[in-house]
Amino acid sequence: MSAILEVENLQAWYGRTQALHGVSFSMEPRGITTILGANGAGKTTTLRAISAMIRTAGTIRFDGARIDRKATEDIVALGVAHVPQGRGTFMELTVEENLRVGAWARRDRSGVAEDFDRVYRLFPVLLQRRRQLAGTLSGGEQQMLAVGRGLMLRPRLLLLDEPSLGLAPLVVQEIFAILRRINQESGVTILLVEQNARLALALADRAFLIETGRVVMSGASAELTSDDAIRRAYLGY
Amino acid sequence: MDIFLQQVVSGIATGGIYASLALALVMIYQATDVVNFAQGEMAMFSTYLAWSMLNAGVPYWVTFFATVALAFLLGLVIERLVIRPVESAPILSIVIVTLGLLVIHNSIAGWIWSYIQKPFPSPFPSRPVHMGPIIVGAHDIGEISVTLIVLLLLFAFFRYTPVGLAMRAAAHNPVSSRLSGIRVSRMLMLGWGLAAAFGAVAGMMVAPIVTLEPNMMGGIQIYAFAAATLGGFTSPGGAVLGGIIVGVAENLVGTYVRFIGTELKLTVALAIIIIVLLVRPRGLFGRAVVRRV
Ligand SMILES: Nc1ncnc2c1ncn2[C@@H]1O[C@H](COP(=O)(O)OP(=O)(O)O)[C@@H](O)[C@H]1O
Ligand SMILES: [Mg+2]
Repeated sequence: MSAILEVENLQAWYGRTQALHGVSFSMEPRGITTILGANGAGKTTTLRAISAMIRTAGTIRFDGARIDRKATEDIVALGVAHVPQGRGTFMELTVEENLRVGAWARRDRSGVAEDFDRVYRLFPVLLQRRRQLAGTLSGGEQQMLAVGRGLMLRPRLLLLDEPSLGLAPLVVQEIFAILRRINQESGVTILLVEQNARLALALADRAFLIETGRVVMSGASAELTSDDAIRRAYLGY
Repeated sequence: MDIFLQQVVSGIATGGIYASLALALVMIYQATDVVNFAQGEMAMFSTYLAWSMLNAGVPYWVTFFATVALAFLLGLVIERLVIRPVESAPILSIVIVTLGLLVIHNSIAGWIWSYIQKPFPSPFPSRPVHMGPIIVGAHDIGEISVTLIVLLLLFAFFRYTPVGLAMRAAAHNPVSSRLSGIRVSRMLMLGWGLAAAFGAVAGMMVAPIVTLEPNMMGGIQIYAFAAATLGGFTSPGGAVLGGIIVGVAENLVGTYVRFIGTELKLTVALAIIIIVLLVRPRGLFGRAVVRRV
């Protein structure tokens, strides 16, 4: 199987400050990979670099074609959905409008209608609240909305940045269960950034660890779970 | 009583004019977070284009829609050439750029068409309409109707079309919008185009009343600001109602408060702006603006 995402020697800058110093990894189609690392390690930056939200060097291939010179909007149109850290909810729009925005890059009307049904089936609470302003939702509901917005693209690759941030453990478990279901049912490849390493390693099949903008360890989730250093630093036992 | 009613009705009529310009202000503010001080002058400039077409013998309604289209293009071009370069600059720079646009439009119009007042025709009949004891000009009724139609179109556009939704999304959350594939800068440009188009409508409705000259929008722009502030810069419907309230208040104060008379009427607008900003900065119908940092 050929890789759906191949990142080679990726560097990224905020102004003059370099935040990524040559990150490389690749992802198989239908897989779930998680990026672990401490605060400020460069996880969010990696996702932003893939979506062309910041200045980068190095190569990024999506489905075999270079995307590192493309504009964000064109990368999205190829089927890369990015649910940003902090959820990126459109607070002043209704729940349904938020989902509609997620489908903006698509032109297949009937497919969009199907995906509305699918998202509402995955997150029934969004159906209940579809005419409400998104700003009135709870944190967990907003995270569901953010994932739903990403799914409305019918993405081939879903980038998720800390979906558990600030949520109660039960809500987090519910969301992670749905992510697994999404991955299994529709075969969406997921690249997941997560602080909660235990949950992330349980969901993902592969993982890598970033420290100050460099990949310091990578492998199957099971390998990393049993690694002593990882256990001490990120799993806490 | 009749005088009172008469003043209210003609206040509503002038209020309609403030409302249509206020609508254009709110439109740009909603779409781009910028308060465009040149809105009135852009409207004036478009009205001169209409005047030139009419002078060349083009029928009124052809001129009307051609002017709206031209103004739309002008708005796009101005955004692309003048606003976009300072888009990410501090808000003060953008304010200064729109003030610069104000001056430039004014002087170019004066240079091309001179500062001599020109009559501008109304598409509506000139005979007044009697409604019981009060008399209303047909132009007033027509102009209010046009404003309401524009408001309805605007509402429908933002509420029911995908592009309208994308424009709102882009204004509220540019980063998330880009991550959803929306070309944010294109939406901002479109916002300027639409506002310029609505401004042109306002200009063509005002000109028959105040007669066309480069400074015709000066006072009106201040009333429009008062209207938009009162209604809330985030609410198109509020801007229209705000315009009507301001128009009526201006007329009543001018009639009944002796020392204000017609000369000091403009201070009513400033007073409204200041009071609203002090008491209820979001206006009557606006959302509280939450600044994300
Ligand atoms: N907008 C920004 N401007 C400047 N530096 C930033 C910005 N965002 C992140 N950084 C820096 O880049 C590095 C990586 O940050 P980030 O990718 O957000 O880390 P995390 O792994 O927590 O997601 C950090 O040193 C951070 O301070
Ligand atoms: Mg982060």
